[in-house]
Amino acid sequence: MRRVVSALASPQLLALLGVLLINWFLFPPFFRITWQDGRLFGSLIDVLNRGAPVAILAIGMAGVIATKGVDLSVGAIMAVAGAVAATMVVAGYPAPVAVVAALAVGLVCGLWNGFLVAVLDIQPIIATLVLMVAGRGIAQLITEGFIVTFTDPLLIFIGTGSFLGLPMAAVIALVLMIVVTLIIRRTALGLFIEAVGVNRAAASLAGIRSRMLLFLVYGLSGFCAAVAGIIVAGDIRGADANNAGLWLELDAILAVVIGGTSLLGGRFSVPLAVVGAIIIQAMNTGILVSGFPPEFNLIVKAGLIFIVLVIQSPLATRLVPVRLPKAEARK
Amino acid sequence: MSRSLRPLVATAVIFAIAYALAVFQFPNMFSTRVLGNFLTDNAFLGITAVGMTFVILSGGIDLSVGAVIGFTGVLIAVLISLAGWHPLAAFALALAIAAAFGGIMGLAIHYLQVPAFIVTLAGMFLARGGASVITRDSIPVNHEFYTWISELTIRVPGGGRFSFIGLLMIAIFIIGALVAHRTKFGSYVYALGGNETSASLMGVPVARTTVGVYMLSSVLAALAGIVFSLYTSAGYPLAAVGVELDAISAVVIGGTLLTGGYGFVLGTFIGVMLLGLVQTYIIFDGTLSSWWTKIVIGGLLFLFIVLQRLIFAASTPGEKSH
Repeated sequence: MRRVVSALASPQLLALLGVLLINWFLFPPFFRITWQDGRLFGSLIDVLNRGAPVAILAIGMAGVIATKGVDLSVGAIMAVAGAVAATMVVAGYPAPVAVVAALAVGLVCGLWNGFLVAVLDIQPIIATLVLMVAGRGIAQLITEGFIVTFTDPLLIFIGTGSFLGLPMAAVIALVLMIVVTLIIRRTALGLFIEAVGVNRAAASLAGIRSRMLLFLVYGLSGFCAAVAGIIVAGDIRGADANNAGLWLELDAILAVVIGGTSLLGGRFSVPLAVVGAIIIQAMNTGILVSGFPPEFNLIVKAGLIFIVLVIQSPLATRLVPVRLPKAEARK
Repeated sequence: MSRSLRPLVATAVIFAIAYALAVFQFPNMFSTRVLGNFLTDNAFLGITAVGMTFVILSGGIDLSVGAVIGFTGVLIAVLISLAGWHPLAAFALALAIAAAFGGIMGLAIHYLQVPAFIVTLAGMFLARGGASVITRDSIPVNHEFYTWISELTIRVPGGGRFSFIGLLMIAIFIIGALVAHRTKFGSYVYALGGNETSASLMGVPVARTTVGVYMLSSVLAALAGIVFSLYTSAGYPLAAVGVELDAISAVVIGGTLLTGGYGFVLGTFIGVMLLGLVQTYIIFDGTLSSWWTKIVIGGLLFLFIVLQRLIFAASTPGEKSH
């Protein structure tokens, strides 16, 4: 019980509450939720729906960053996965086959990154840059340069449907978050991942199979990117190799950092990364509903990164001694 | 041959082979006209890549350069076309703003001890957002100064035109190479990229060098923005999206080690030329679609990263570099 209470008092959830309250102040009907045609409507639901792709990317990205890595290729993988799913249903394959194929392609892309990082020992930022540069080209190759539109009901349902009144994208993100959190926190896997992030050589000496863990986290990141790619394709009923997931890798990294995961590796939280994604989306929505031009989004995001950086920096810890022994012990 | 020159030689050999193959297929590619256009078309990328070389040599990375190009283009277009400034005054202001911008990023990287990657990411959001706040439209620049510069070309036999901006890029590369290899600042940058702790113990002014590197990168990005504005005669907030990736690719393909401390400015020049060659080849071919550019660049990037790995694994037996 105490753990639940202290988790609810985390700075991320307080920040989310703050952003939501500002939104409510700027746009009084913000919290109004209506029930229509068997699903919920309202700004809050919209935040969950629009935030889902970044939240899903953040789930995979959190693991990668915990190993002191970063995955720049997720946006490109989204485009590739969307292109695969769309071209396959257009070619007449049943939708479940197309979805499985797209997920498999995402996984393969992730494992490729894992291979470069774990086996060839290349810096993650550069290893994933290869696919970030080439990925959109590959996606265009698959779609032959067109925006492939489809009418398949299952794919459209994944992007825009609803389950128990909630948008399907949000439900998928929630399920993925719970499954991944249970797998890494109910087993020692999360601890091993953090150990690799703190010191890979030491972790290997301690008997942790760091190479396999790196394959696992990059594979998961690719898989999550494919899920997000299918959702985005289903949402616009087409695969757009140029714009699907464009710059979302940066939002995903930001979400993970807001979620308290250290960019230096060794400490991560999947649920808080998802909260980070929702904070970003709540701010985007807030700027939209309050009538500011959407260009302010980028500036607000930059300001947010800066604040998070200052708070996380060693300088701030030196100036303001942290009294919580727990927070100190974690470092 | 010295071991340390191998990546540079490898890049040069691959460029020579690729160019020879391209010329074999399209003899027209071997002409001063194509060469001149080559330099003009890649001028802004080349100038950005010089700054990126310094950043990567120091062990960092700068994701904000594309956004700085976009911001500079919009700023000078607004100052010239809407506020009636003289282009030179607008250029000076843009360069000063970029210097301050890069300096602040350098300060944040050094004093907050955060990865350069995330600080320059925030910088990228800020510059791109700032450009979009100034205007969302493309603003044309019509000024006699612009027409004067665009007519400032050296004509050579064979229909070749060496434009002002193409020659400016070459000048920046020469100056960059001199600064990197012949000045104290240059050796500080290499020392910093090799090992920050050792560099600091040896008396390298780490803070000053870090700030200087990011200032240099931003100023050169702003200069690239000016060149881009001369090239397109317009300012557009979404101009040069993704140029940071091309610049990083050019630096890596040019043989600079991504962990810092090792590389040559000349290598970056060959890297830029190789990227330009891929693009020109695809235009000459006509049947290949433009997205092949990205795939080929991705492939080249992979090739060179693996090549560097192999060379450096061979030169330091029994030891992993990180």
